[in-house]
Amino acid sequence: MNRLDATFAKLKAKGEKALIAYIMAGDPSLQDSERLVLGLERAGADVIELGVPFSDPIADGPVIQRAAERALRSGTSLRKILAMVASLRARTQIPLVLMAYYNTIHAFGESGFCRAATGAGVDGLIVPDMPPEEAGELEAQASQTGLDIIYLLAPTSTPDRRAMVARRSRGFVYYVSLTGITGAKLTDMDGVRKNVEKIRKATAVPVAVGFGVATPSDAEQVGAIADGVIVGTAIVRRIGDHQQDARMIEQVGQFVHSLKAALAQRAAAQPS
Amino acid sequence: MTAIPDKRGRFGEYGGRYVPETLMPALLELEQAYLKAKQDRRFQAEFEYYLKHYVGRSTPLYLAGRLTKKLGGAKIYLKREDLCHTGAHKINNAIGQALLAKRMGKPRVIAETGAGQHGVAVATVAAMFGLQCEIYMGTEDMQRQSLNVFRMRLLGATVTGVDAGSRTLKDAISQAMRDWTTNVGTTHYILGSVLGAHPYPMLIRDFQSVIGREARKQIMTSEKKLPDHLVACVGGGSNSIGLFHAFIKDRKVRMTGVEAAGLGIQSGKHAARFAGGRPGVLHGTMTYLLQDDDGQVNLTHSVSAGLDYAAVGPEHSYYHDLKRIHYTSATDEEALSAFDLLAREEGIVPALESAHAIAEVVKLAPRMKKSQIIIVNLSGRGDKDVNQVARIKGVTL
Repeated sequence: MNRLDATFAKLKAKGEKALIAYIMAGDPSLQDSERLVLGLERAGADVIELGVPFSDPIADGPVIQRAAERALRSGTSLRKILAMVASLRARTQIPLVLMAYYNTIHAFGESGFCRAATGAGVDGLIVPDMPPEEAGELEAQASQTGLDIIYLLAPTSTPDRRAMVARRSRGFVYYVSLTGITGAKLTDMDGVRKNVEKIRKATAVPVAVGFGVATPSDAEQVGAIADGVIVGTAIVRRIGDHQQDARMIEQVGQFVHSLKAALAQRAAAQPS
Repeated sequence: MTAIPDKRGRFGEYGGRYVPETLMPALLELEQAYLKAKQDRRFQAEFEYYLKHYVGRSTPLYLAGRLTKKLGGAKIYLKREDLCHTGAHKINNAIGQALLAKRMGKPRVIAETGAGQHGVAVATVAAMFGLQCEIYMGTEDMQRQSLNVFRMRLLGATVTGVDAGSRTLKDAISQAMRDWTTNVGTTHYILGSVLGAHPYPMLIRDFQSVIGREARKQIMTSEKKLPDHLVACVGGGSNSIGLFHAFIKDRKVRMTGVEAAGLGIQSGKHAARFAGGRPGVLHGTMTYLLQDDDGQVNLTHSVSAGLDYAAVGPEHSYYHDLKRIHYTSATDEEALSAFDLLAREEGIVPALESAHAIAEVVKLAPRMKKSQIIIVNLSGRGDKDVNQVARIKGVTL
């Protein structure tokens, strides 16, 4: 069993939900990212999603756009991110998922990328601008090396797309909680619940919910619905705010800890 | 050639639909709506009605006698898209897509704009059809095309500046895509060129192909034969594909697309995708793209905001590889000198975009025989550029 599946299975056995923490790799530097991964794991994150910076991130709001600009300015590239992952693997077995816009992978070369990523210790891949229709080649390469391709579903997805996307997703299904970009405000919790229930009927893989989860209270509510809660913008904003701060890792760690505590509280209150 | 794109929106290996899941259903809906409209005589009749009575089509095919004489070679005809309502070919597509938006029941339209010509065209049709309208424009472009910003606001559109990246067309498209992702239920995105995810490159080409159909008929009437050479500038590539498409099967008709060489290809400050790019994905489509080794999109430069973009329409990439269309480039300096030339020889002030095509004609015509014919697409008029050209010449208005 790979690291992602094992983590979800272990949490499920305990009646807990996964906290998936997103950071932009290389923001403000790759050294910081490496320390952040370890710090966030200590603070309670179950899975780390590493953003690969791209010059034109069409699915992202201003907070993550600016983080990508900082990461690119610090000289971050996909190759260097994979080297960081390889170095991290000596110290942690936390599941690591890359979130990369398609062109960064295309430029690297699809088959070379799948081999290099799996070799470095990457467990999964999310490509926000690659629907399954365009993924044929990459998906074939990834399944050969054992890299999970995690697809996204959205409130706008039709029933036949929901079935197709859920069926092809590995590791987990990423449900986008709102019709919009990262960092927007989550308002329709009822809609999230209904859609997550529909996705569950289409697949046995876990369902994680992201976009718009900003506070411990959001995390608690989403945790009651889904198998995993993805928090990105709220973490990236704190990294941006504390860039010059020597205690940056602790500051961000405290926030991640508060998210995990909210999820655990819900698990304790409602043993499943 | 009519079989392209295929059902997956592919022109050979180019094109496709690289977009977030949130937008996929909207693109599929748009494709269905368009394919239905294409077969619907009432839609086509309505489209033609507005092209004739609102845009003022057909546009003239004008024999540029003094320019021809001055260059001393091939006969030069100008396809006068500059005479369209709002001053450029962009309105052909804006009308077609606004009609589609109405059919899909979308009360709001958004668009990106570089030079402002597409933004003005969309603001115009939105006013005429009673649609709510928001235009995204890079702040760098807002400065160099301030006249068009004012025009869009006069027409009742909201113009929103985009202060990210290079603050030009690329960033305006990214921001328009983010708006569309957020408001996809109520909003249709009127993309302005043969770019983006399927079905945009196909339907925009179809709406613009009226240019070539008219030109073909007009040249057969006046010269009783096909032209030898077609020339058009290529930003995203909608005016060029619009002119070329009706002649693609005429193997003897040569075609040249002119990209922006900016300060020169060697300088790195340009927007010549076929000279300096390689295939990649930007804004939903696989195509030639100016990018670095890591796949980060390069900043571009051109005196012309409408050509200042890192990618090119996927159908152009397809014809480039097939060698059916030849691509070359003109520098800022060459375009500015062609801008002056056309003004003085023919009394026509071209858009800086179109001036790139004229710059190629200046090189090409003298090498051709007097019995040969060039048709060049004069895609827009230059009123919007007068302030900028004055600034470049050091003239205070």
